[in-house]
Amino acid sequence: MRYALHRLLQAVPVFFVTTFLIYAMVFALPGDPILALAGDKPLPDEVLYTLRERYNLNDPLLVQYGLYMLHAVQGDLGQTFTGQPVSELLQGRWGVTAQLAVTAWIFELVVGIGLGVIAGLRRGGITDTAVLAGTTFVIAVPVFVIGYTAQIMLGLNLSLFPTAGVDEGWPVSYLLPGMVLGSFGLAYVARLTRTSLIENMRADYVRTARAKGLRRRRVIGRHALRNSLIPVVTFLGVDFGNLMAGAVVTEGIFNLPGIGQQVFQSIQLQEGPVVVGIVTVLVMIFILVNLLVDLLYGVLDPRIRRG
Amino acid sequence: MTRTRGSAVLLATMLAVSACGGSPAPDTGGQQSAKEFSVALTEPDHLTPGNTSSNYSITVLQALFDTLVVIDPKGQPQMRAAESVTSDDQKVWTIKIKPGQKFHNGEPVTAGSFADAWNAAAYGPNAWTNNYYFENVEGFDELNPEAPEGSDTAPKPKTDKLSGLKVVDDTTLQVTLSAPFSQFPITLAYTGFAPMPKAAFTDLAAYDVKPIGNGPFALDGEWVRNRQIKLKKFDGYAGPRPAKSAAVNFKIYESRDTAYVDLRASKVDLIQAIPPASAGEAKRLLGDRFVATPSGTMDYLGFPNFDKRFQNADLRKAISMAIDRQAIVDAVFNGTFKPMSSLVAPLVPGYRENACGETCVFDKAKAKALFDKAGGFSGTMNLYFSNADPSYEQWMTAVANQLKDNLGITDIQFRKIPAADYLSTLREHKQDGPYRNNWVMDYPSPQNYLETMWGEGNRMGWKNKEFNDLIDQANSAATMEASIPLYQKAEDIALSEMPMIPLWNWQDQGGYSDKISGVQIDAYSPNLDTITVK
Repeated sequence: MRYALHRLLQAVPVFFVTTFLIYAMVFALPGDPILALAGDKPLPDEVLYTLRERYNLNDPLLVQYGLYMLHAVQGDLGQTFTGQPVSELLQGRWGVTAQLAVTAWIFELVVGIGLGVIAGLRRGGITDTAVLAGTTFVIAVPVFVIGYTAQIMLGLNLSLFPTAGVDEGWPVSYLLPGMVLGSFGLAYVARLTRTSLIENMRADYVRTARAKGLRRRRVIGRHALRNSLIPVVTFLGVDFGNLMAGAVVTEGIFNLPGIGQQVFQSIQLQEGPVVVGIVTVLVMIFILVNLLVDLLYGVLDPRIRRG
Repeated sequence: MTRTRGSAVLLATMLAVSACGGSPAPDTGGQQSAKEFSVALTEPDHLTPGNTSSNYSITVLQALFDTLVVIDPKGQPQMRAAESVTSDDQKVWTIKIKPGQKFHNGEPVTAGSFADAWNAAAYGPNAWTNNYYFENVEGFDELNPEAPEGSDTAPKPKTDKLSGLKVVDDTTLQVTLSAPFSQFPITLAYTGFAPMPKAAFTDLAAYDVKPIGNGPFALDGEWVRNRQIKLKKFDGYAGPRPAKSAAVNFKIYESRDTAYVDLRASKVDLIQAIPPASAGEAKRLLGDRFVATPSGTMDYLGFPNFDKRFQNADLRKAISMAIDRQAIVDAVFNGTFKPMSSLVAPLVPGYRENACGETCVFDKAKAKALFDKAGGFSGTMNLYFSNADPSYEQWMTAVANQLKDNLGITDIQFRKIPAADYLSTLREHKQDGPYRNNWVMDYPSPQNYLETMWGEGNRMGWKNKEFNDLIDQANSAATMEASIPLYQKAEDIALSEMPMIPLWNWQDQGGYSDKISGVQIDAYSPNLDTITVK
């Protein structure tokens, strides 16, 4: 309990430093976000002045950040350059990304560990070679290539999945994008599980368990696999950040109105408040997920809990 | 509360979409859903007519609003909400409005509806995008006081009404301009001049998401951000173009590629922007349902005339003659764009196919001779463009290669600027080499091209009194027909000095599903009211 509290307190400075850095980075992007609003057309000076003032763009960076945080703690995340409240904008989007991330995560977890176990137990066999080759391929090919290919092959040509959008809801609309997003992590999970399992199968305690005459299923399930999952769990925790980054591309290809799309748009439009608002929540989620991972270690290996 | 409403809308959407999604669904939606079609759209910025100039918003607004005037495919103004737009001196205009028109909330459309909307757009502190369209109406300066020297803040205007707008009676609006302007009727076709009902002004923020117009379609529910905007046929519509379908569903896409995949999967019925790379395939797959529309958009190569290395007109002309426009169009745009030898787009009245003469025709020998006569070019030539689209870099690279091969300019560098920074770079005259200049037409008048881009305070830093005088004369000409020869003379001057080279005219490529017919997309409107659902 004290451990968990300690971890949460650590998050406070992390929170402020991260948000300030993000704010400063968006601030430092070249270009004038207000001028860019009008495309190739001229914006009258009056309009420019009014908008700059409305978004505090005339103030120095520290003042802007201070004003932003002051409003943020009161629950007001500001508004976009088109006048939409940021909190309202994000409200509708978190759900989409959460559903996508969960789909991808389940896919990574179930299929990844499954493939890893099969490959690990039949080391050097055809299945193992196939898994190794397949995962190498997935890791080497960029997400957008996999995404567009899957969309055309499985969505359009074979009509197995919807091509784009969220009209059909969870899980149908999220299956294909979730698989694409999860493919990279899946490849890692499969390889980690495989290697880790192979190592553990040679370990003394497994030999002991076997010597005691335990059934193979039990040896693998209770002893070898449980230990092998520690690095996998670490990866799955860290991978949450990757999923968010991958969501930018995946949501774009499959037209899912989620957070990833929003981050991309907002960075292009240099909308500091939106970017910082999203990143703040992401940082919090990330801290929380890592906390959960640390606690899970204890469950998998009691020695960690005591130490 | 909001969340509940949001999910109710979402649920309704899901039901509606699954009802028209192919399989013979139970007859829950009635005939409504059967006569509905969908259009791919990019997320609009605003839906208040005075506050948006983005294509995507305008596509929606053209279905929601009837402007006073519309432009026919020949580029000629036709009356729509107006009965007539007349003037004796091109300065004081009388607009007669057709009686009996209604807004979607039942409110009558009157002269006041236009005056209110225009005042709001011209009022500086509202900071609406189309503010500058009202620049030439008398009293604009009072609504937009300038910031005092050295200050970033302008004082608050003392009035919020344009003195040049006078509501004579319910159907008569008198507009006084600050200078004669013969093109005024054409400009009224721009959606920024659409009327707004009284109800809008009680809550402008709410109106922006749920606009009330006077067109053949009305909004159906709220604009669901990044997902869809639904319109339904407006039964109280009394104008000349009643909707032929029951409803339109704008489906919002982040990427054109995805929208195109959805068109192929029959999940969306109409798309107006097929990605250039897929154009060939789309032509083959869609056959008659592939639509190519010439557009008013042009690309130019501008010169920094304020930089002394570019002040020789012969040098600028030599560069123009050294560029093989057709070769670039074929290589980069699949041959779909049209090489230009005129400063205005072909669909603009007064366009002359070969206004530029030999200066815009590729001729390596002549280009080189002229280039040498002008003294050549020494040092580094920087080419400026923004990173907004990968094709910019492609054609700029082609231009650079041609300048290298045909003129022997060896030291060429690219200056690829972030999109958000590009226009301020040009605005502040920071470019020290040729740059990409693009113009999206607002209304088909040579004035829209010539005065905006070559007129006073232009990006090239080009000054020519004769040109400006001719534009003024054309603007105050008695009729639009009489103004054309004067604009053409001005164009000739701009071409003979060549401060900016015309490159090519764009084409829009769209396509539609076999579920709909009567598609009449033109450069001015997608004309969604003419579409019928099979």
